[in-house]
Amino acid sequence: MTKLKSINTASNSRRHFIKAISASGLLVSSYSLLSACANNTKKSATGTVVIIGGGYAGATAAKYIRLWSVNNIDVVLIEKSTQFVSCPLSNLVLGGSKTINDLTFGYDLAKKNHGVQWINDEVTVIDTANKKISMKRGEISFDRLIIAPGIDFIYDSLPNLQSTEAQKAIPHAWKAGWQTVNLRSQLESMFNGGVFVMNVPKAPYRCPPGPYERACQVASYFKNHKPKSKVIVLDANPEITSKKGLFTKVFNEMYAGIIDYRPNNLVLDVDIKTKTVKTDFDTVSADVLNIIPPQRAGKPAQMAGLNNIDKSWCEVDFLTYESKIAPYIHVIGDSVSAALPKSAHMATSQARVCASAIVELMQHRVPDQNPVFANTCYSYVDDKQAMHVANVYRYDESKKIMVSAEGGGVSLKPSELEGGYASAWATNIWSDVLT
Amino acid sequence: MISKTFFSRKLLLSVILISSFDLPIVGKANEDISFSAPNLHTQTLAASCAACHGSNGNALVGNAVLAGMDKSYFISQMLAFKNGDKSATVMHRHAKGLQVEEINELAAYFAAQKKVPAISPAMQRLKANHD
Repeated sequence: MTKLKSINTASNSRRHFIKAISASGLLVSSYSLLSACANNTKKSATGTVVIIGGGYAGATAAKYIRLWSVNNIDVVLIEKSTQFVSCPLSNLVLGGSKTINDLTFGYDLAKKNHGVQWINDEVTVIDTANKKISMKRGEISFDRLIIAPGIDFIYDSLPNLQSTEAQKAIPHAWKAGWQTVNLRSQLESMFNGGVFVMNVPKAPYRCPPGPYERACQVASYFKNHKPKSKVIVLDANPEITSKKGLFTKVFNEMYAGIIDYRPNNLVLDVDIKTKTVKTDFDTVSADVLNIIPPQRAGKPAQMAGLNNIDKSWCEVDFLTYESKIAPYIHVIGDSVSAALPKSAHMATSQARVCASAIVELMQHRVPDQNPVFANTCYSYVDDKQAMHVANVYRYDESKKIMVSAEGGGVSLKPSELEGGYASAWATNIWSDVLT
Repeated sequence: MISKTFFSRKLLLSVILISSFDLPIVGKANEDISFSAPNLHTQTLAASCAACHGSNGNALVGNAVLAGMDKSYFISQMLAFKNGDKSATVMHRHAKGLQVEEINELAAYFAAQKKVPAISPAMQRLKANHD
C-alpha cells in the first residue's frame, strides 16, 4: 500500500507538471518531442491503474497493460475470489462431460508473470471524484480505474429468489461455480421421466447462445441416461436470440421429443416449494428448475453510478472504454452497453482495446482511432459437437460504435471438427488470460 | 543520433526561453520514456486472435502457431480464406472482415513474434468459499 501511495504522488506531481506546462504552448511541443526520442534505458512509473474484477475482461486488461507499457504502468487488480472459474464450457458440467474442476484455475501465473499486484478483497466504495476505492480491508488510489465486474442479477420481478436458500433450491448456474455443481447434482438425482424447466431472460444477458446450449447439454444427458425425461425452455424473448437456425434444427432433430421450446414466455412468478413457474401463457411444474434472472452491470459498476443505460448497462467510448459519465473510469466486459454479444472473447477484445488506449492516454498520446477486433463463440450441442458464431467488429466513425464487418456468421451445422476447435479455443484463451 | 541531439538542443532552447519555474521539471521529464508500439492498431487486432491462436500467436493446441510464421505464407492463406479459395470452419469469417492492408500488417506482426512454448494454467479443485 505504501509503495502504491508513493507512486501515486509521483504521478500526481507529473500531472501537475503537465498542467503547469499546458499554459505555454512552446514547452508542450518540446515535451512531446522529448517523449518521442527519450532515453529508453531509464524506467519510471507513469501511474497506477486499478482493475476491479479478475474475470476474462479484468485479467486480460491487467496482463496487456503491463505488457504494452513494458511494465511502466503499475497495475493493481482487486478480486474477491482466489479462483477463476470459466463460464465458457460450464454447460458441459451439466451435460456431464466436464467437471467444475476442469474449469477452475488459480491466478498465480497471471500475478507472477506480469508483476500485477493482486488484492483479494471486496470493493465497498468507489469515489470517482477523488479517484479512491475503499475495500473491506483497506483503500487504494488510482490514476485510472477499470471496472470489469461481469453481471449482477435483477430480482425485482422475482424477489423470493433473492435469498441464498432459494438459490440452493432453484439455482441460476449463470455464474460458474457451486451453482453449476448444484444444478448438475439435481439433474443426476432426478428420476427418469422427470421434467427439467429452464428460462431464458430478456436480452441483453450474458452469453446469448448460452441458455440454448444449456438446453442441449441437459437434453444430451437425458437422451443417454434418462430417456423418458423432458426439457422445457421458457424464453422471455420472441425467438431464439443467437444461432437461431442452428438451435432450431438441433432442438427439432437431435432432441425431438425431448426439448420443448416455448418463445414469448416471460417468467412472472416462481413457487419455490412446488417448483412451479407462471408465465404469461403457461403454468409449468418442474422436477428440476433453473431460473436465470434478468441481468445488469455488476455491482461495482452500480456502486460507481456508471449504469446509465436503462439503469442497467454502462455507456462507454468505444475507443477507450472510458465511461461516458465518469472521466478516468473505464468499463469493460459484460457490463458495457453495446450491440455486441456479452461473450468471453468479446470481454478480452474490449479489454485489449482499453489496455492499449490506457497505455497511450497515460503517456498523453492519442489511442488507436479505428479499433478492430474479432469474436468467436462456440456452443456445444452434445459432448463432442460444437458450432460457432464469428464476426470481426470495426469502429464506425460516424456512429461511434463497433459494428460487425462483412463475412460474419454461423456454422453450417454442428460438427466434431468444431468441437475440437471449441476445446482448443478454451485452452488457448485460458493460457492467454491466466499466464 | 543526429535527430536526438537536435531535439535535445531545441528542448534546451525552449526551457531557457521559459521562466525558471519550469526548469526543475526537465529532469523529471527526462526520466519519461515512450513505450508505444509502432502500430497500435495492428498490435490490438493481432492480440484479439489470441483466443484461438494463443498469446502473440503461440497456440498451445488445435490451431496454427502464428508466431514466426512466414509473412508471404500468412498472406496467401488469409487471402485464400478471404476470397473463398480455401475452405474453413471459421477462418473465412475473420479473413473476410479484415482489410487487405490489415492482413499484410498482421503478417508482418506475427512473423516478428518469437516462438515460445505457451503454458496452461493448472487446474484446481473448486474451493468451498467460492460462489
